[in-house]
This record gives sequence, structure tokens and C-alpha cells, in this order.
Amino acid sequence: MSRLLEVRDLKVEFDTYGGVVQAVRGVDFSVDRGETLAIVGESGCGKSVSVQALMGLVPRPPGRITSGSVLFEGKEILGLPLREANRIRGKRIGMIFQDPMTSLNPTMRVGKQITETLRVHEGLDGAAARKKAIEFLERVQIPEAAARVDDYPFQFSGGMRQRVMIAMAIACGPALLIADEPTTALDVTVQAEILQLLADLQREQGMAIILITHDLGVVARMADRVAVMYAGQIVEHGTAEQLFTHPAHPYTLGLQAAMPKDREGARERLTAIEGSPPDLFSPPKGCPYYERCPWAMQLCGPAMPPAWPVEAGHDTRCWLHHALARPRRPAELFRGAEMEAAS
Amino acid sequence: MSQTPLLELRDVRREFRLGHGKVLRAVDGVSLTVGEREVVGLVGESGCGKTTLGRTIVGLLERTGGQILYRGQPLPERYAPGDFRRYGRRIQMIFQDPYSSLDPRMTLREIVAEGPLLHGLWKRNDVPERVAGWLRRVGLSPDFMSRYPHEFSGGQRQRVGVARALALEPELVVCDEPISALDVSVQAQVVNLLADLKESIGLTLLFIAHDLSMIRYVSDRIAVMYLGRIVELGRADDVYFRPSHPYSRSLVAANPVADFARARRGERPPARGEVPSPVNLPPGCRFAGRCPEVRPVCREIDPALVDLGGGRRVACHVRQAEAGVAAPGVAGAVERSAGEAGASGR
Repeated sequence: MSRLLEVRDLKVEFDTYGGVVQAVRGVDFSVDRGETLAIVGESGCGKSVSVQALMGLVPRPPGRITSGSVLFEGKEILGLPLREANRIRGKRIGMIFQDPMTSLNPTMRVGKQITETLRVHEGLDGAAARKKAIEFLERVQIPEAAARVDDYPFQFSGGMRQRVMIAMAIACGPALLIADEPTTALDVTVQAEILQLLADLQREQGMAIILITHDLGVVARMADRVAVMYAGQIVEHGTAEQLFTHPAHPYTLGLQAAMPKDREGARERLTAIEGSPPDLFSPPKGCPYYERCPWAMQLCGPAMPPAWPVEAGHDTRCWLHHALARPRRPAELFRGAEMEAAS
Repeated sequence: MSQTPLLELRDVRREFRLGHGKVLRAVDGVSLTVGEREVVGLVGESGCGKTTLGRTIVGLLERTGGQILYRGQPLPERYAPGDFRRYGRRIQMIFQDPYSSLDPRMTLREIVAEGPLLHGLWKRNDVPERVAGWLRRVGLSPDFMSRYPHEFSGGQRQRVGVARALALEPELVVCDEPISALDVSVQAQVVNLLADLKESIGLTLLFIAHDLSMIRYVSDRIAVMYLGRIVELGRADDVYFRPSHPYSRSLVAANPVADFARARRGERPPARGEVPSPVNLPPGCRFAGRCPEVRPVCREIDPALVDLGGGRRVACHVRQAEAGVAAPGVAGAVERSAGEAGASGR
């Protein structure tokens, strides 16, 4: 698979009433063609801001991208002039958001909204655009598409609106679809359908997806690879299987232990992560998880752990995975591939 | 259960008149008992009436039909101010939204102490000490007492909501999606807190949520609601691991489980489409339009919630026929159409 998107050392700050918030603090990730990368984390961890930054959607001011590079199809897209940026977003990169009602134009018929990108990017005229719109509504499985193409967003249910959003996002055949909490506002049965639709469209069109979510269940169902964010950094990254079967970072493990086990009779007490994430007005010098980590060492307070590999395609920012920290590494965490091979 | 249950709902109804002759039956004949110190989970998708039912039980909404018995005594259909004083002490509610459910102009001390002072449970002099105790119990520092809600995170506010409800030392707490607005790590904190307090002060909980995995974990029994009705009721593990009603089965299949192997088995949820509008419902089973096992009879006759044995009650003609408890005419109709359904089936 070839590299589609490469994000390096992305940093984003916001000026606020209370000071400067360092929302994203040096994030690296990449997406290959046709794959799904899930960025997972809790509210305020910087997952949405990271992708807004690469789409050029961080409002400036108060936002500011202070460092980083974003290569899309081999070309730097950070800091492109608006005209050039517009040639990429909406066309090569599509985006869908959590709340379709606030991201659709309530005064515009859905058919027109879906083909707006086609008219702008491909110069389609009215009749052809309308035909295309119906085609796309059918693609996203909206019943009686021909009749609904002239409806307004308020005439659709939440799930159907999200389908309209998806139709808009895929109209120009993007190579990358960014889905920011696409099913958070939906009921579970509708969520399952929308996730299935995204997976089907991905297979048909071969597009890559960045899925931003807080829901590990959605991650388990959809993701090829996962990046776990905490306090503006990616603290662990690997394949979905690696992260679910043998997490390496105490925070990833903590998230899993905080959820009930899905086993009959399982009523074990949940392991809550005590405390709360650090204040990003003045983020800690060292590991941001230090205060909440049950295995924190003295080193972790003052010194920021670098990201290093624990096995092929799996890396984490945690001092416990330093070779010399092996004796301190708890049994609950991934022990490293070479250890498994030895035993 | 030989003794009187703590709470008994008999055919409870709540309608909203929308004008132009339209009636929304948000809760349409719900019967349910909740035993002392039991946790009953109420699960369903948006618009199924679970929140309306919760608000009806605590008296925030008046009923339009049916009876609610508390320790065998009927609760008023419409609460007069004095009724809240009488029952509010014993029946409390924790709300979903920790932002809108706390008065932004009151300090934590005022919020937590308001109820107990109103009910004459605390003396004014004791307030600081009592509030400090409750803040500590819910994992907040007593130093926060004179601060305002806006100074706290969602999880901390939800703890304030829990402290406010429990400071009255109620017997029954209706928890309306108490953790839905919270992050995973904080959800566990609140759930553990409720579990501890349930042990230490002997609470009975009606736990309303849409997160099936969490509902299974906290509940003794689960009631699945769909469009104003309970469609399945049973022991939590039974309903979750062996759902019976086709709607419960779809809910379980659609539930995103954070388990890699299971998520990849690729079960497709059997129900298609979305919940129809609860206004002017068609006759017959409410789930018929989305049901993968629908039979012609389902579109004509509304199934009742019937005991299938083993502590499970299900409102589905097909399941009732399988268990041999369907009404004679219905059982025949289900069997006659079984062949067709199988042929056209999935």
C-alpha cells in the first residue's frame, strides 16, 4: 500500500481568554491508500483539532499552527493559499462531522448541496448535477432518492442526514475521507448501518478513512490501525489487533479496563482512571499521564518519553518500554515481541 | 417476591397532545415492578419513552393513565407542591446533562444542602460538615464547597448531581443516562460510585441508558423499550447474551463491543431502517415495519408482554408461538406464515 497522507510534528495552539491552550503538541501519523486509521481519545485530547488543522479548518485567530508538515499525495498542503487548498479539500479529501444538522445548510435542498462540490470542482451544469445527486443519494441508500433530492435537511431523520453528509463528502471521489465522530449522535442500530455504509463505500471506491471517535467499540469494528491520543499527543499507535489484544501504554490499558467485560456473569469492579487529564494551558514537562498512571516512575514526571517501537508497526510513548525499565514493566502491559518469542 | 415491591408500575401512560388531533404516546402502557435494592436497567433508542417514563415516576411529568404504587401506596397522578415534599425525600433523580441540571448561580454547598434543608433533615449549623461529607463520598474535595458549577468538568458536575440526589438518603433513584455525557474513564468513576453507595446506603436504582454493555453490567434485570412499550424484560445476562425479542436482538447485534475478535465477526444488525414516529402508530406490533421475522399477523394484532418462563417476558407473537404461550388464533397464524417467512427470509 502506498502512503497517502503523512503528518509530522503537528502543533496547534489557541489563544483563549485564560491563556494559550496547547491543543496538539507534536503529532505524527500517516495513512495509506484504502486503509482506515482510527484516532481515539477522550474529550479535549486534540483528536478533532489535529484533523481540522490538516484540512485548514482551524480558525485563525484564535488558532495557530505553530509547527508541522502535512504531505498529501506527496505534496505539502499545510499553509497552502486558499485557492489551492480548496482544490484539495472537498475534492481529494472529504469530511463528515458529528452533527449533520449543523453542518448542512438548512436553507438549501439536499440535492443542490451534494452537487455543490461537483459544480465547483468539475463544472457540472444543473441537469447533469441533479442526475448525479440522485445517483449519490442511491449510493448512500436513501430510499426514493429521486423524490427526496429536492427535500430540505429538516425533512430527514438524523441517520438520513448523516447519509446526505456522506453523499456530499464522497461526491468528488476523494482519496481520503475524514469522519469526525460520525455516529456519536445516532442510535446504535442506525450507527451500525452508517458504519456498514462507510465500510462498503470504502471497499467500492478504495478510499482511505480517518475515523475520529471516543468509542472503542466503533474502533474495534472499523479500524485497521489506531492512534490513541492523550493531552495533545499520540501515546500509542499500532494495528487494531495489537492495541486490543496487547496494549502497551498504561492509558490504552486504562481505557479498556474502565469498560465492563463483555462476558456472562462479569460483574468485576470497573477500574476507573482516577483524576483527570492535565491542563493544556500549562502542560506537564514530562509524561502527561504521569499523575494518573498506576506504574509511574520518578523519571516520568520531569522527562517526556519519546515514541519508540515495541514491535513491528506498534509504538508507544512510555518510559516503561525503555529497555532498562523492563524489570519495572507490569505484567498487564505488553512485554515486547522478543519476550514472547523467548517464552 | 412475597413482599410488596418498592415500586410498581401498572399500565402507566403518558400522552402528549400535539394539536390537530395528533397524539404522541410517549409511554403507552408500561407495567414493571422494581424490588427493594434491585437495579433495573431501562434501555432503548431515542424516542422510545425511557426518559419520559423516568420523569413520570419521579413526578416531574403527570401521568395520563395507569397507576404507580410506591410500597403499595399509589403515587398521585399529578404532583401538588406538597407531594414533592412527601415523596421527593424518598424518590430522587440523577439527570443526564450535568451542565443544565445544576443551577449556575448556586454554590455546590447550596446545591447539595437545598434538599435536606427543605425536608428538615439537616440543621443549618450542620450544613458545612454534612456537605463536606457528601463531597468526600462522591470523590470531590470539600474545599470546592463554595465554588460554582461552571468551575468543574462534566464528570465532576455529575458527581455533584449524584451528591445532591443522595444527600436526601432516598430509597429509589431514577438515573436518567447518568453517564452518557461522560468520557469512558469518568464513566467508570461514576458507575463505581453508584455501586459503592448502593452497597452502603441500600439504594434501589432504575438505570436508564442506551449503552447496552454498561446496562448489563450495572443491572439485575433489563427492560427493553421500543416506542413507548416494554418489549422484553428479563435477567440482565439473559437479555444481553440471549436476547429474545427481534428488537432486542438487533440492539445487541448493533452494540459496538470493544472486543477485537467479536467486532470482526461481522454480524450485521438484522433490523433495517429507523424508529418510526411515535405519532399515530399503526395497529399491530410497533416493530413490525423493521422486524426481520415479521409475519402478517404482526401487522394486525398488537402483542402483549407475556411470560415465557425463566423470568423472561416478551412482547412478540413469534416468540410466544415458539414457547407455546401465544393466544390460540395468533399461534396458528404464526405457524401458517412460518414457511413464507423462511422462504423469503435472510
